[in-house]
Amino acid sequence: MPEQVIFGMEVFLNGLMAGVLYALVALGFVLIYKASGIFNYAQGVMALFSAMTLVGMMNGQVPFSHLINAVFGTDIHHFGWHLPALIGILLTMAIMVLLAWLVQKIIFKHLVNQEPIILFMATIGLAYFMEGFGDLMWGGEIKKLDVGIPQGINLWIDEATYNIFDYGFFIDNLDIFATIVAAILVLALVAFSQYTKQGRAMRAVADDHQAALSVGVSLNFIWVMVWSLAGFVALVAGIMWGTKSGVQFSLSLIALKALPVLMLGGFTSIPGAIVGGLIIGVGEKMFEFLVGPLIGGATENWFAYVLALLFLVFRPQGLFGEKIIERV
Amino acid sequence: MLYREAGDFKTTYKEDNQTFPIKFDRYRYYFVLIVAFLIIPFWINDYWVNAIFLPFLIYSIAAIGLNILVGYCGQVSLGTGGFMAVGAYAVYKLMTAFPDVSIMIHVVLAGAITACVGVLFGLPSLRIKGFYLAVATLAAQFFLVWIFNRVPWFYNYSASGQINAPERTFFGVPVTGANADSWATYLFCLIILTVCGIVARNLTRGSIGRKWMAIRDMDIAAEIIGVNPLKTKLTAFAISSFYVGVAGALLFTVYLGSVEVGEAFGVGKSFLILFMIIIGGLGSIFGSFAGAAFMVLMPVLLKNVMVGQLGWATDLAAHFEFVIVGGLIIVFLILEPHGIAQLWRITKEKLRLWPFPH
Repeated sequence: MPEQVIFGMEVFLNGLMAGVLYALVALGFVLIYKASGIFNYAQGVMALFSAMTLVGMMNGQVPFSHLINAVFGTDIHHFGWHLPALIGILLTMAIMVLLAWLVQKIIFKHLVNQEPIILFMATIGLAYFMEGFGDLMWGGEIKKLDVGIPQGINLWIDEATYNIFDYGFFIDNLDIFATIVAAILVLALVAFSQYTKQGRAMRAVADDHQAALSVGVSLNFIWVMVWSLAGFVALVAGIMWGTKSGVQFSLSLIALKALPVLMLGGFTSIPGAIVGGLIIGVGEKMFEFLVGPLIGGATENWFAYVLALLFLVFRPQGLFGEKIIERV
Repeated sequence: MLYREAGDFKTTYKEDNQTFPIKFDRYRYYFVLIVAFLIIPFWINDYWVNAIFLPFLIYSIAAIGLNILVGYCGQVSLGTGGFMAVGAYAVYKLMTAFPDVSIMIHVVLAGAITACVGVLFGLPSLRIKGFYLAVATLAAQFFLVWIFNRVPWFYNYSASGQINAPERTFFGVPVTGANADSWATYLFCLIILTVCGIVARNLTRGSIGRKWMAIRDMDIAAEIIGVNPLKTKLTAFAISSFYVGVAGALLFTVYLGSVEVGEAFGVGKSFLILFMIIIGGLGSIFGSFAGAAFMVLMPVLLKNVMVGQLGWATDLAAHFEFVIVGGLIIVFLILEPHGIAQLWRITKEKLRLWPFPH
């Protein structure tokens, strides 16, 4: 087999893995959009915030230490303990639930019945707020996140492919792990929304707010729950991305990566987020591999958007989105 | 007392249709113009111009442009930064290719070029609506920034990849480059802003503005009563991009002087301009000014208080700024979703009745 084809296959596989990570972020968007019609730009920052909180908890950092030191002239930074990863994750989850409750209580309760663009702007405001708040709380420097996920080249795949093609594929263990976690997460979410009472209530709210309200579903509770779920998805995405590239500001920019995924898959569809993520992941890696060198490289910044844009011209609601019906 | 329609009789159609039908408004408008043109240029210094006035004037132009598209025509755009970059690079290419032509002509031409690019990226708006369109305009943002980074022709093959504004004069007075006086740059931007503001105000009052608003309120209904959606949406994109392009050109030539495209025209700039029109008020020219003033003044104020008065580290202050900007946006949206312009409208209603509200 010619070398280029084998390289291409490797790029393809890596694209699939990257796509899974995009899909993870996109999933959080879809959950909130379906249930409350809010296009949550803050999803990426939620991932960053959760990852920061996790690192901070595990290292026993004192929250707001920089601020306290600046105001009172003290010099504190660490409690001096180290938490195991599992307890850290549970505590972070609790904080994300609290955050969901606060967001609902303080912001979106007052914005019911506003236009979607206003809600969207509010989430951008929330994104800015949380970005600054997270930095204030835990400090702005790049942090290393290690919760015990295997990393580095997968030797088994390397060996197996070497025996077949005479060329070992480089696949990161972390990516494989992320794929498995994402699959479990999606299955769990589907099971939750199909088989539990709360899940059914959530689908009812997504279908029709007023009808759900009239049969006694508490909108407030569902919205808090959905934001918590989105917080949970953000935490998973934050752990994966944080382990991959360190917990830093650029983590919040994965929201921008997830947007074309959403457009491609449709804002309202969970399978759409997965398939869209895979298409974008493979598409941008293959494009960079095949066409990138010809036109100067770094095409990954925009390829996903242009692909989604061209796609939307032919199918304005995305792959799996609900058909947009306009009534006068 | 001061603010009354009563007793102010209009005897011609022209008077009846003027921009500021109330006498007090009209005098206030003249007063602002006189202060801006005849008083401020005599006492401003470099600090005031660079920290407050130039950003305010330039972002006002961009905010008016984006407000035409988002506030009047209802097409949400997140590609403002990209279009500003088009304006900046267009004016750079024109300035270096035709050094003898007046900078004013270059700025206008740069706006025109941006308008063409805007129309190109506006084409999908006929098929794509709402949030899908907002995200689609991000394609313009990332693609344009990438192209200006990667194609050396745009930055004249300079080694650093930056573009630097050469010195150019307007009626013999340098307005770009290191030798430009602060009052000259201020007046140059002010003239452009004034013209832009008057044109925008009258466009939005006229038939084209009403077509935009019809499309915004309900595009299908507008189509049925005879508004051509293709023409209307594309004119909104063209005129909005023209304004944004002019703002980008001024930002680069007059204000920054040298520009690295990803830094100056990144997606953050798109959001900044969007914040301005949301806080100022969608669908209001006055709101564009108010929002620009707010977003320019607030960081300066915060920085002065936190770094200057309290003596905090700058990175801490920067984090705080994020918190406060985000928090203020949320507070504004909750308390007054229609922005500062709505507050002004309410004030005017109250003024009409004052001091006898019953």
